[in-house]
Amino acid sequence: MKHLRPINQKAERIEAFLTRAGAEPGGEAETGGATAQGADELDVVGLESRPPEGPHIPLGCSLVFSPGWEVDSTGGTAGLCQPVERDLFDCHLACFWPAHVPDQLNHSPDWTGKCASAQKDWRKLDLVFP
Amino acid sequence: MSDPVAVASDRLLAPRELHSFVAAGERFVYLVPSAGIFKLDPPAAAVLDLLGASPGSEAAVVESLSERFPVGRIRETLAELEAIRAIGPLGAPRDEVVNDLPPDGFPLTTMVLNVTNKCNLACTYCYEYGEDKIVDASCGDQPKFMLDDTARDGVELLLRESGPLEVAHLTFFGGETLLNFPLLRETVAYARRRAAEEGKRIEFSLTTNATLLRADIIAWLADNEIGVTVSIDGPKEMQDRMRVFHSGKGSYETVRPKIAELLRVHRSRPIGARVTLTRENLDVRRIFEHLTEDMGFWEVGFAPVTTAPGRDYEIEEPGYERVLEQFGDLAREWLECAVENRHHGFSNVKDTLEEIHKGVSKAYPCGAGLGLMGVSTGGDVALCHRFAASPEHNIGSVAGGIDRGRQRAYLEAHHIARKTDCHTCWARPICSGGCYHEAYVRYGRTTAPNLHFCTWVRSWTHTCLEVYGELSERNPSYLARFDA
Repeated sequence: MKHLRPINQKAERIEAFLTRAGAEPGGEAETGGATAQGADELDVVGLESRPPEGPHIPLGCSLVFSPGWEVDSTGGTAGLCQPVERDLFDCHLACFWPAHVPDQLNHSPDWTGKCASAQKDWRKLDLVFP
Repeated sequence: MSDPVAVASDRLLAPRELHSFVAAGERFVYLVPSAGIFKLDPPAAAVLDLLGASPGSEAAVVESLSERFPVGRIRETLAELEAIRAIGPLGAPRDEVVNDLPPDGFPLTTMVLNVTNKCNLACTYCYEYGEDKIVDASCGDQPKFMLDDTARDGVELLLRESGPLEVAHLTFFGGETLLNFPLLRETVAYARRRAAEEGKRIEFSLTTNATLLRADIIAWLADNEIGVTVSIDGPKEMQDRMRVFHSGKGSYETVRPKIAELLRVHRSRPIGARVTLTRENLDVRRIFEHLTEDMGFWEVGFAPVTTAPGRDYEIEEPGYERVLEQFGDLAREWLECAVENRHHGFSNVKDTLEEIHKGVSKAYPCGAGLGLMGVSTGGDVALCHRFAASPEHNIGSVAGGIDRGRQRAYLEAHHIARKTDCHTCWARPICSGGCYHEAYVRYGRTTAPNLHFCTWVRSWTHTCLEVYGELSERNPSYLARFDA
């Protein structure tokens, strides 16, 4: 780094991490992008870091699509999806409810345009801010 | 929004969570929640000032600053600031920590044994016997003195739970600790032998009011390298106001010669004083000078009295400002000594600087219930010594071990991720909501953040950041002392 000098031990660790991840400068670490140097880094983690106790259900996810009868995971309508769950691939593709970000129906129809195969190309998915 | 890449290049940038400070004429940022500290060069400071005033795109930043700095430098600076997460897209999600439990087998580093709940003093503000007590130590069903077997079980639990650590810490507490001196002697001998058998070492310390120190006890403390903290409030009129015998007589004249003898004989460990500040006892400077220069303590630490609202010794608002001002003066004095590699005994600043240096970003305000546990006279294991024998705060027993279910529930409930009041505070990496016991006495629940201390914590942390930044400029090699 040229313009910032790490002062404490944590700042040194941040700098070392950025150097290792090849993220300096250019912000690759910001988008979770991988480089050859960063290949051994766990730059992506699951939504649940503890042992999974079941499928991750986004906050307020509507599990049932039946027009006129959309319900949330508790069977009610109070907790339908809020715009706090972001960048969930499956929401983008499968969900009819246009509150998540990015949503396929209205605002980000081409979010997966560069992602022909999710298993191979998922790093090409970028962050989207509403 | 069909092309995310195009969106990214036009995006508005803004500062993320951070706290700026100036020290020795230089600009620094304290990042939240990572707790990293970076020094800014002039372009970096200019970019942060600009984006702090109003969010702007990369192009707008370059245009605004291109007369002062080369365009290439501005772009590099933007990339670096974004990489350390000092700036980011406007409206980007905050960096929140996940409420995940520490890994299984997280070692216990410190055990506090309450060797007795009796005390020969009757300090007005005592949290064990005073108005804000949690457990009825006088008439409750806990034994007055810990038995040897209980202490031995405690040692075994500590050795077992300290896992891979080579060194564990055993602290003796009370009541007045020295009322059960025979147990201390037995337990230290036993713990040394058992630790050696396990290939470990145990370090010992105790807290005392100093009234019961005698020549043989002092010699034993010195020979066994027991760390000693003396609870004392300052010069005679300050000490005698609250720290009194049951008759009401002040304790200063009793403890003064005993402390002098302790400091003269016990040279194997530094001896510290621990001062409780109350509404009537706020002359930090005078207390500090008396305890270090007149009495000879190596270190002095101050803590405001723990109290429910409305007690007549509770510190009120103007009192806190006065304390902060004096803390600031002592911190700057400490700094001048550190610049010259000299010792200064103000331990509050040293403790905070160590956390700043390491860049701790705490999930929990302290190690209670995790790396530190308190044991009651009857052998119940509690979150810390202040909750000893409280059924509500029990997490096991020395004989039966740690109740993992209760410990887990406690850790989940007290994680910083659960303290929504703290989520916008820049000081949360260090504070994390503050003392559980303070919260329990003040608000009736350990999970409450100590909101009455917020201004205090932020002001004090800011002062310590300035001291740290200045030390990093004027005597950077000193910082290595905090490495361990």
